[in-house]
Amino acid sequence: MIQTLIHILVLLALPPLLLGVITKTKALFAGRRGAPLFQSYRDIAKLLRKGLVLSETTTWVFRAGPIVTLVAVALAALFVPFGSSPSPFSFAGDMILFAYLFALSRFFTTVAALDTGSAFEGMGSARELTFACLSEPALFFVFLALSRQTGSLSLGTMLGASSGGISASLAAPLVLISLGLFVILLAETCRIPVDDPNTHLELTMIHEAMVLDHSGPLLGIIEYSASMKLLVLESLLLSLVLPFRTGSVWLDWGLFVAETLALAVVIGVIESIMARLRMRRVPYLLTGALLLCGSGFVLLVR
Amino acid sequence: MSVLFLILIAVTLLGLSGLPACLLSARSAIGQRVATGLMLLGSLLGLTGVAAVLARHAEPSLSVAWGLPQSRFAVAVDPIAAGFLLPVFIVPALGSIYGLGYWKQSEHPANGRRLGLFYGLLAGAMALVVIARDGMLFLIAWEVMAIAAYFAATTEDDKPEVRRAGWIYLIATHIGTLCLLAMFAYWRHATGSFLLETGHAFTSGAAGTLFVLALIGFGFKAGLMPLHVWLPGAHANAPSHVSAVMSGVMLKMGIYGILRMTSLMPVPPAWWGGTLLAAGALSGLAGLVLAIGQSDIKRVLAYSSVENVGIITMGVGLALLGRSLGLWELTLLGLGGALLHVWNHGLFKPLLFFGAGAVMHSTGTRDMERLGGLAKRMPALAAIFLVGCVAICALPPLNGFASEWLLYLGFFRSLGSPSPVAATSAVALAMIGALAVACFVRLYFTVFLGLPRSGAGEKAQDPGARMIVPMAVLALGCAAVGLFPSLAVPVLEGAVRAWASVAGTSDAGLVLAQVAPLGWISLMGLALVALCVVVYLALRGSFRRAAKGRPTWDCGYARPAPRMQYTASSLGRSIAALFAPIPAPKGQRISVKGHFPELARFEGPRPDAFLERITLPATTAIDRFLPRFHLLQRGQTHLYLLYVLVITIVLLAVGGLGVPP
Repeated sequence: MIQTLIHILVLLALPPLLLGVITKTKALFAGRRGAPLFQSYRDIAKLLRKGLVLSETTTWVFRAGPIVTLVAVALAALFVPFGSSPSPFSFAGDMILFAYLFALSRFFTTVAALDTGSAFEGMGSARELTFACLSEPALFFVFLALSRQTGSLSLGTMLGASSGGISASLAAPLVLISLGLFVILLAETCRIPVDDPNTHLELTMIHEAMVLDHSGPLLGIIEYSASMKLLVLESLLLSLVLPFRTGSVWLDWGLFVAETLALAVVIGVIESIMARLRMRRVPYLLTGALLLCGSGFVLLVR
Repeated sequence: MSVLFLILIAVTLLGLSGLPACLLSARSAIGQRVATGLMLLGSLLGLTGVAAVLARHAEPSLSVAWGLPQSRFAVAVDPIAAGFLLPVFIVPALGSIYGLGYWKQSEHPANGRRLGLFYGLLAGAMALVVIARDGMLFLIAWEVMAIAAYFAATTEDDKPEVRRAGWIYLIATHIGTLCLLAMFAYWRHATGSFLLETGHAFTSGAAGTLFVLALIGFGFKAGLMPLHVWLPGAHANAPSHVSAVMSGVMLKMGIYGILRMTSLMPVPPAWWGGTLLAAGALSGLAGLVLAIGQSDIKRVLAYSSVENVGIITMGVGLALLGRSLGLWELTLLGLGGALLHVWNHGLFKPLLFFGAGAVMHSTGTRDMERLGGLAKRMPALAAIFLVGCVAICALPPLNGFASEWLLYLGFFRSLGSPSPVAATSAVALAMIGALAVACFVRLYFTVFLGLPRSGAGEKAQDPGARMIVPMAVLALGCAAVGLFPSLAVPVLEGAVRAWASVAGTSDAGLVLAQVAPLGWISLMGLALVALCVVVYLALRGSFRRAAKGRPTWDCGYARPAPRMQYTASSLGRSIAALFAPIPAPKGQRISVKGHFPELARFEGPRPDAFLERITLPATTAIDRFLPRFHLLQRGQTHLYLLYVLVITIVLLAVGGLGVPP
């Protein structure tokens, strides 16, 4: 029970800090001091206090988009174990619900974006919908491989069980799958090299282009759920590549937070040293992720 | 016995519901009301009968001689048939109510009575197909169904495109029937009777032949790729409630046929299941990719039916594989998911077709490129249509998710089986899921959101109660099955047991609740809805205070125009490019050259590669060969009848000696 409470607490409190760490890393790479680590909290709090503007073109779908997205992502986060602590909800087939809750958030984000009738939102939505056709099957290859390896049908045990199970024979498929999953993480959280969250060119964006016309509390919710999605996908990847445990429950929580922050630093480094891919190259990257995850699966079933 | 009579009365009432109207004046509204009343009465009786069958776990059957040689009037309602009877007794009746508003007799004096007659006949024939247990009776019901569907779909036969679509359908359905004719003849040859009974032994060659004939014959009706070529045209050009019945119910008759025939045969070899898995995955993926290339609302929905039939077929394939491998849980999850998806598709697809019909009814067009912003003018329809879109994308908390979730579980469970390759179907299904989201976001946006792209929707308003109530009922059904899928479990388990019992697979007492914790799906669905309401309530104040009445910001461009919006084709373009060979590109590339560019051409909808590259060339080749038979074909009907008689006598003389009387 207390573990579940901590899980929910970490889920609600930690995500904006990850954005802060990424921004700070990028600033240090660029030789700047950068915004304070906790700036994202202030940004989100400020947005939640502000008024919002609703275009006369939009309908209730526009307002529903961010709400459904936030709830879907938060609910999906309850199926993923954070570090050594078990996931609050765990049942056979929860990884499918996990993936489909993300799909639900994608449906409502894109529909809400398109509701504005703006061409920019159209571009963002078209890209988001297209790229998902490649990243979603890749994610299922990851699930299949994990399920094959652990014999489990639930995300909690699938990821938890991999802790002790890294033997030399599993190293090759695990490396492939982790690489693929990392690309999926970058794509789904709209990071360089797939998308650039900081660009000022609306024409080249995906996620930011979809939320151009959201303002005030709705924008705050969008930023918050985006950071929450980052945390969820990070924890998915971390239980795969860093399944280390200290033995103490409380130290494990500290370790988990440290790991997520370290992964945020890695993402910040990648964002600093790489350029965003041209839009028409992105499918190649995602197909690469699909191939990596698929090959990992093939190695496991052979 | 009495239960069976109840269902037979229901079949008769449905089948003849359009008859009284034919005796009344062409403009009289009474006939249509009588037809709807008979339809409702028949459906209620039928549903009562089905409920009684399911509650009592009985299997009422009847078999009487009816004068045709070699054949008996044999009908029975087992749990599989009961499962397929549910949509037959629900969708056509709702469609009939919808038709009161959509196809008013007073507005369509020329064809309203004809539509009513064949609409009822179609519903009755489908019910008879499901309960028939004799090859001959099955074929007769099948053919009545196919012909009734033809006449119902070509209601507006004054339009050339309707006639063309009708012809393609008629040819396709008869090629299918021809295969079925061969299949039943072979069945009679292998078993010695036309009765569809279990317990026969087959050589592997005979069983394989029967399976392939069934797959092709029933595959045409179900619309499996690449046998789907008739489907988009027929669905798009039929009146919307006929499209709803054809898509929501009639396609499933093909699935039913495959299920019925495989249930009668002994343990199948693994390639049967593998074939169905591959065919289903192909239909699912290619169906959606083609749907994303269309700009006609009803064509989008028709191609999405191909996709859904593909998903159902994948489930049947998994169930067959489970039987081959002796793994009961695969059979349970595969067939359970497939059957639940049959019902689910029978809920959300008619809902979407009704919605598309309502849009056409009030805007006069079904071209997505001319629509947009209808949510402002038709708020109720927009809300209900959104429920259908979310449900068909298999998103929680609606019903599509429950059935696909069962299939996913089955695919994941096959990882531990001797053929873990089957598990890659889960990846195909995931891609289908992502494509479905793209397809229906595109459809919903271009029709209901943004700004109107033309004046077509200027006078649009929500349809009347007769049209909106059937849609609301279906939407409630989607929500009910989505939130409480465990209610369907007993029916599903009964059907799976009935289907697999003959195979001698030991079920080891395994029930669906053990392999699929559907209670969690209910819990999570309810939590999702409740949390959304909570967040909405928290934000309600700021929504009320929001600054309204200004145009979209659009990065500071002060005058966003409707023509600047993304269109149906631009939204689908990148996905079509990703799957380039399937939608045949045609005049797509616009190149602008020189300082004073010439006129560039852009063509929106992408044609079907299967139709353009395979079916049409093949028919052209056949066309070149067939004139050799012109010698026989004189265009005089009495001559053809003479051929039939002569051939029958010759056949009797040659083969009749060995046939017992």
